[in-house]
Amino acid sequence: MTAVPVPHRVVARRPETADTVTLCLEPVGAALPDFAPGQFAMVHSFGRGEIPVSASSVQATGGLAHTIRSVGAVSDGLCATRVGDVVGLRGPYGNTWELERAHGADVLVVAGGIGLAPLRPLILTALDGRKAYGRVNVLIGARTPDDLIVRKEIESWPTTFTGVTVDQPADGWRGDVGVVTQLLGRARFAPDNTWAFVCGPEPMIRAAARELAEHGVPRDRVRVSLERNMRCATGHCGHCQFGPLLLCQVGPVVDWAHAEPLLSVREL
Amino acid sequence: MPPSIALRMNHALPVEHRERLVRLGREVSFAPGTRLFEEGGHAGRFWIIRNGTAALDMYVPGRRPPVIETLGVGDLTGLSWLYEPFVWQLGAEALTPLSAHEFDAVAVRLMCLEDPEFGRAVEHWVGRVLAHRLNAARTRLVDLYGIHEAKEVR
Repeated sequence: MTAVPVPHRVVARRPETADTVTLCLEPVGAALPDFAPGQFAMVHSFGRGEIPVSASSVQATGGLAHTIRSVGAVSDGLCATRVGDVVGLRGPYGNTWELERAHGADVLVVAGGIGLAPLRPLILTALDGRKAYGRVNVLIGARTPDDLIVRKEIESWPTTFTGVTVDQPADGWRGDVGVVTQLLGRARFAPDNTWAFVCGPEPMIRAAARELAEHGVPRDRVRVSLERNMRCATGHCGHCQFGPLLLCQVGPVVDWAHAEPLLSVREL
Repeated sequence: MPPSIALRMNHALPVEHRERLVRLGREVSFAPGTRLFEEGGHAGRFWIIRNGTAALDMYVPGRRPPVIETLGVGDLTGLSWLYEPFVWQLGAEALTPLSAHEFDAVAVRLMCLEDPEFGRAVEHWVGRVLAHRLNAARTRLVDLYGIHEAKEVR
C-alpha cells in the first residue's frame, strides 16, 4: 500500500443531489488493491488536500466509485472535477462490513443521508449473492426526497423490504415521513438470526443500534460505521483515535457491543 | 422491547384491558385519499392501523397540506380524542388502501371514567405514544442530515 496518492482518472461523474456527486475512477497507471465494502480511501484533490471517503462502489460491484458531498475546500474541488480530470487515491484503508459473516442470516441495512453510500457496495454484494442470505431489508432516511442518493437504483433492488422515509417531504412525495427507525416495524427479520449494518449521522446510528438491540438483534451483530478525523489513515498520527481504537485501522466499522460504551463518553 | 413494537396496543395494554378495548372497536377500511379526520374537527374516534399507511398533515392556506408524519401497521392514529377540548390538532389521510380498528372515543372515555385502572392503562399507553412522537419530531428538528453534520475536519 502506498502513502503517495495514486493518480486516478474520473471516467464518469454522476450528480446525485444538489451538493453530492459520484465519481467513477480508473487508475491512470498501476491499480490499487481491490477495495472491499466498508473500506475507505484518502481522496486527493491536487493543490487542495485530501479527505477520507468510503467507497460507494468497489471493483467487484462495477468499478471503484466514491460519492462525495460538497462541504469544504477539498470536497468542493472533488465535486467540481469533470470527466477526464485526475484525482489521487490512497488506500484501501480500514476494515470491512464483514458481510460474509451474515451468510445464512437475515440482513438489515439502516442508512441515513449520505450514509447510504458506504452501504451501497454491501447491499449490491448481498443482492448479487442473494441465496447466501435470508431476508434482505434496506431502510433509508433522508432529509428530503431531493437528498436521496442513487434514487432510481433503490427502486430496482430486489430486497425483501426497502423503506424510504424523509424528514421534510416535498409536494408530490407519497412515501413515508419520519425518522428512519419507524421503518423497523415493517422490516421482516428474525432478530436472533440477523446481522445489521448501520451508517449515517451519529445520533441516528445510536438510535438505530439501540432499537435494533431492543428488538433482540445481538449487539455484536450490529455493525456501525463511525466517522472520526482520519488524517494519515495508517495508524500513525492518532487523529482518528476513539478511546482505545484507531478507527483508520480497526474501523471505521465497529460492532455495537464495542461502540456503545465508547459513544456514551462525551469527550470521545 | 423497541418503541415500534412496545407502543402497539397489543403490547402496551395488559391483556384484560386490551380485550375490553377491542370489544369496543369495529373493523373499517378506507380507500387511498380518504380523509380520516380534519384539523379543527371534533375528535370523536380513533384508529389502530391493521394494514396500510396513513399520513398526518397540517392545514396551510394556499398549498397542499404538508405531511408531518406517516403511520403504519399497529400505529395509533389519533391522539386528541383523549384530551380536552377533543379537537383534532392535525388532519389524517389514507395514503394506501387502509384497514383499521375504529373506536368510538366517547365510549372509551366513559369506560376510562368507570374503571380508573383501565383509564390509567389507556392514558399511560397514549402518553407513551405521544412522548415517542414528540421525541421523533424533536430529532427531526435537529436536521441530522444537514450540511453541518458532514463538514470536513481540518
